[in-house]
Amino acid sequence: MGVGIVVEDLNAWYGSTHTLQDINLHIPANHATALIGPSGCGKSTFVRCLNRMHETNPIARATGVVRMGELDVYRDASPVEIRRRVGMVFQRPNPFPTMSIYDNVVSGLKLNGFRNRRILDETCERSLKQAALWDEVKDDLKKKSGASLSGGQQQRLCIARALAVDPEVLLMDEPASALDPVSTSKIEDLIFQLKSQYTIVIVTHNMQQAARVAENTGFFLSGKLVEFDSTHKIFTNPRDKRTEDYITGRFG
Amino acid sequence: MNTQSLNSQQGNFQPKPTRLNIARRTAANYFISGLSILATLVVLAPLAAVLFYLIYKGASSLNLAFFTQVPAPVGETGGGMANSIIGSGVILLVASLMGIPIGIAAGVYLAEYGRGTMLGNAVRFTADVLNGVPSIVMGIAVYSLVVVEQKHFSALAGGIALAIMMVPTVTRTTEEMLATVPHAVREAALGLGVPKWRTVLSVSLRTASPGIITGCMLAFARVAGETAPLLFTAFGNQFWSFRLNEPIAALPLQIYVYAISPYDEWHRLAWAGSLVLIILIMVSVTLVRIYANRGVLKGGS
Repeated sequence: MGVGIVVEDLNAWYGSTHTLQDINLHIPANHATALIGPSGCGKSTFVRCLNRMHETNPIARATGVVRMGELDVYRDASPVEIRRRVGMVFQRPNPFPTMSIYDNVVSGLKLNGFRNRRILDETCERSLKQAALWDEVKDDLKKKSGASLSGGQQQRLCIARALAVDPEVLLMDEPASALDPVSTSKIEDLIFQLKSQYTIVIVTHNMQQAARVAENTGFFLSGKLVEFDSTHKIFTNPRDKRTEDYITGRFG
Repeated sequence: MNTQSLNSQQGNFQPKPTRLNIARRTAANYFISGLSILATLVVLAPLAAVLFYLIYKGASSLNLAFFTQVPAPVGETGGGMANSIIGSGVILLVASLMGIPIGIAAGVYLAEYGRGTMLGNAVRFTADVLNGVPSIVMGIAVYSLVVVEQKHFSALAGGIALAIMMVPTVTRTTEEMLATVPHAVREAALGLGVPKWRTVLSVSLRTASPGIITGCMLAFARVAGETAPLLFTAFGNQFWSFRLNEPIAALPLQIYVYAISPYDEWHRLAWAGSLVLIILIMVSVTLVRIYANRGVLKGGS
């Protein structure tokens, strides 16, 4: 089951660049939340702050409070523990090239020292079914490398891999931007099904996509959260002039 | 007037230069391809020449005794290089067991932890300098550090000398191969909550392993034929020896001794030894490659 996320006064820097400024946001549990905005506005930095991937970059730094359910992400736990509870899907599919499909899916468990074969097998099947990839790959789970799949399949493999560690939150950073329309719609269907079980945060450049999959949408501009509301409200009657300019394509 | 000038312009501009261009490009393409093929042949020619000359000179002296007997005393015919083959194997095993792990560990440090740090730059610089140190100097250094301390020549000292020679190559290849692993692959592992050390071992190193194995094999092949560092360390001997703390025979040393001797019989044995050395290097490198490639899955980027 997913947990809600509360963000208070989140600020982030890359070197001396102030990438995120005073973000306050409440992301509800078991819903999909879309983040839109022009390139470089801080959306990706924001999701990377949620699972503390931000700090893997040596020049990056973040302050503020992020709470997932009862857990204070920056004070109560190590980055490694947080990332086990928060799955992440990246913009470009990034399966482990030397691992089989099976090993890719269960890599989160195996690399953390989990060895029980029966549970690994079950997890692999469950996750691939959740990611709607099982029927396409079930015959060559251990025969083919993860990198031998098509781009759309690779991205679903990455989703299965994220789901296999049984996360509470799923962060997706433009998960469909490198994919063709058919694969994109498969990913969107998937988000639609998964959001009943997980809290999903999806960064997207595609506003139709935000409208299709997300209950709530946030609009970022130049490191600030300009507006956060129900997707319907954002796309039909935004409060802020800048949001309206962006979603109607008049953004200069 | 207007139409005419436009037509004449088209006539001048379009078909002719294009045809010319294609002809020239095709010619240039053949020319450059030809040059690359020629360069490949120039690279392969010495290797083939050496191999064929060794077979021509050495193959006739190869027999069962060569692989089973120790060298015969001066004046007697027959004898073989069995103890040298075993000795080379022992020294190279010692060298690989020490040099490869140290080299890989240093390479991992350079690529994953020491980026841009003072220590990292110092290690990288040291490795590059060490790579350029003449092998005879390495032999003298190990002589004074190990042999003088131990008060006798030993297989161990020979192994140490060769290990030091392997380290820089292995380190730099490991670093370069790790640098080719996409950042996205590391992020994938970190994003799953895999600790950094585990990501380095099971993801980065594993993804880079084909290149790292190539680097180790290059280092191995290079030191396998080294004579100079063994002259003052392993020293060589004429008998069976498996002990690490005693002088031990080695193929390059035995070849050296036979080659500078005045006897025709020994010259023939030196040729045969050279042939065996080259073949053993090729066989061991090939075997490691086959072993390392087992179970590699088809497909990929």
